[in-house]
Amino acid sequence: MPFDPFAEIVRGFEGEPAELIPILQRVQAIYGYLSPESVGRISRWLRISENEIFGVATFFAQFRFSQPGEHVIKVCLGTACHVKGGEQILDVLKRRLDIQPGESTADGRYQLERVACLGCCALAPVLAIDEKVYADTSVLRVHQMLEERENREDA
Amino acid sequence: MKTLEMQRAHAVQAWNGLQNSARPVIYVGAGSCGLAAGAAEVIEAVEAYLAKKRIGADVLKVGCIGPCYLEPLVDVQMPGNPRISYSNVTAEVVRELFDSFFEKGEVFRRHLVGHFSENGFKGAPKFFEHPMLQRQVRIVLRNCGIIDPENVNHYLARDGYKGLEKCLWMPWSDVLEIVKNSGLRGRGGAGFPTWRKWLVCRETKSDTRYLICNADEGDPGAFMNRSLIEGDPHAVLEGMLIAAYTIGASKGFVYIRAEYPLAIQRLKSAIAQLRELGLLGRGILGSEFDFDISIKEGAGAFVCGEETALIASIEGKRGMPRTRPPFPAVAGLWGKPTIINNVETLGTLPNIIRNGAAWYSQYGTETSKGTKTFSLVGKLRRTGLIEVPLGMTVRSVVYDIGGGSVKGFKAVQTGGPSGGCLGEEFLDTPIDYEALGAAGSIMGSGGLIVLDRNTCIVDTAKYFLNFTQAESCGKCVPCRVGTRHLVNILERISQGKGEVSDLARLERLALAIKGGALCGLGQTAPNPVLTSLKYFRGEFLSHISDKRCPAAVCRDLVHYRIIKDKCTGCQRCVKICPTGAITGPRSEPHNLDMSMCIKCRSCYEICRFDAIAGDAIVIEPGA
Repeated sequence: MPFDPFAEIVRGFEGEPAELIPILQRVQAIYGYLSPESVGRISRWLRISENEIFGVATFFAQFRFSQPGEHVIKVCLGTACHVKGGEQILDVLKRRLDIQPGESTADGRYQLERVACLGCCALAPVLAIDEKVYADTSVLRVHQMLEERENREDA
Repeated sequence: MKTLEMQRAHAVQAWNGLQNSARPVIYVGAGSCGLAAGAAEVIEAVEAYLAKKRIGADVLKVGCIGPCYLEPLVDVQMPGNPRISYSNVTAEVVRELFDSFFEKGEVFRRHLVGHFSENGFKGAPKFFEHPMLQRQVRIVLRNCGIIDPENVNHYLARDGYKGLEKCLWMPWSDVLEIVKNSGLRGRGGAGFPTWRKWLVCRETKSDTRYLICNADEGDPGAFMNRSLIEGDPHAVLEGMLIAAYTIGASKGFVYIRAEYPLAIQRLKSAIAQLRELGLLGRGILGSEFDFDISIKEGAGAFVCGEETALIASIEGKRGMPRTRPPFPAVAGLWGKPTIINNVETLGTLPNIIRNGAAWYSQYGTETSKGTKTFSLVGKLRRTGLIEVPLGMTVRSVVYDIGGGSVKGFKAVQTGGPSGGCLGEEFLDTPIDYEALGAAGSIMGSGGLIVLDRNTCIVDTAKYFLNFTQAESCGKCVPCRVGTRHLVNILERISQGKGEVSDLARLERLALAIKGGALCGLGQTAPNPVLTSLKYFRGEFLSHISDKRCPAAVCRDLVHYRIIKDKCTGCQRCVKICPTGAITGPRSEPHNLDMSMCIKCRSCYEICRFDAIAGDAIVIEPGA
């Protein structure tokens, strides 16, 4: 039997419609986003319409429908981060990367996201690059962080 | 039964051994907040140091002990010495700290927060007498930051699962009675008496009942549940077992935000440990009680904190609320009686069962018993996770525990997007369900965000409404359309385009939404607007009539100015300005062209932190 990655992905699931969200989460964890093809496979396997799957997936903030950039920058805009200037940090990133939240840069290196709360409110404002959370950031730190990353790549 | 007894005896021995260890023990605060502050690098430095000097020591990663602003926290326990806590530790500090202990044999004095001994120790302060901790009563958080959350033995040694053992030999009605007498109310926000909800569920005839732990901590600015799960996952699981036994549930779920990866990992490992100990599955500890727990990761929707929306989401549907009744306690998950309890409610239960109802109800006020955890954040000196008896005044929390605001206290926002903004006149208000409700706010899940004079009330109200508007599920019109209009009006005011009649419009609309929305999200969404209009009307009026943002926050109503006398012409701001609005040769005061300025704050910050002058650029009210 030829190797079928989808069968691997749904290993451990029983094919119940109630498993839809965990399955979408696993697909996204592996591919980084939900492609129309994966949604099609899930639809046939769970016997629920693609329409319904997109209805559920678009409801939740977690799901993406296009290939994300290589590094995901998440700017926290929880209340504590907001009152400490999170909005302006997001602005700097938008301008420097020339993208809006939810988009990736033309070279595919960065993905920009705004998130509701990373739960590190006492160290606000925070942002995360991939899995690493940076505490007590500022407009200035963001400028520096991007420059450091650029220099590292040039070197 | 016997195996748990044996395991506990072993655990107690191991725990006591650790307290009196012949080897040095290093504890690193490695909760999400500690890691954000740099705990991972600190752990690396600790391990590298120990390896290089060939020192045999135990390194434990513990959860958050509370004062997050002091992170990364590292505790050192040398043989014969008590555990001593150090704050703001970096890789460099680790070297100095360890050189002092291991090379010179001296207690390191800098960065010292306090020691954990009951008695005095070489003139060092006690950790729990630190101003941030002194007035706290740690019941739910008793193990957070103290034990290794991944080691079930630590939990067992500190009376873990004794509450469950006690329950299993009582009829469920007796357990319910204890919880009733304790006065425990739901810690998720609404404050509904826990026992009453349980009784409805238990008395509904059904072959299956479900228990759900609500860990979908969506309130932006709150992280109590994350910290508790990261720091002491077994407390929450023991609470789930006690609740499930009482209501007769055989299956439980933890519904937790996917944004909390560390908490999820801690829960998974704790659940695996429970299976090994025979504390999950069939016939728990030889009783007739069967129970199992699964984790459901929330996919990011604030409304899923609402019970019926949460249930829809577990069922694999869009997380939209439905009308109640029937309440989930009667017909919930897959139509079966379901109890949804908050993380903190569940984490409190083992303590109540172990120590009794009277012990718990000695804390708190007449109607709000016990303690409550809060995430104390925003513009104040000491930020972090706290637990205080209900009824403590706002003043005590903000000033005694939080140390007040550097720039002057203005207001505190309780209850997150569903709560209200309370100003100085509420400083002596006790923090309990009734007093906060009477002030137009709510207790909520425990976010306490302090605003100072540099925070704009209009901007904060706009922020919350933007949030609830974006998170509105769209099912009912008052919430979907109403919050949109509230945002539009607030947006107008913050741009200086508002009219005085907008205030009446806001109030009318807010009350209509409150009265007409389907679920808690919509019904409480207008609270930030209503309270800030009530208590800070003048600030709205100055945006409208004077086109002035007194706190100098609303972007359309502020300007940036270079103070010529202070500017040394160092050109740092010229270089960082993204639009070329700042010009001028080196060593001469620079010029700022406001027509090109986009108010990104870059120049302001670089001048304060990185330039020669330090404070030559100011942001002032007035366009």
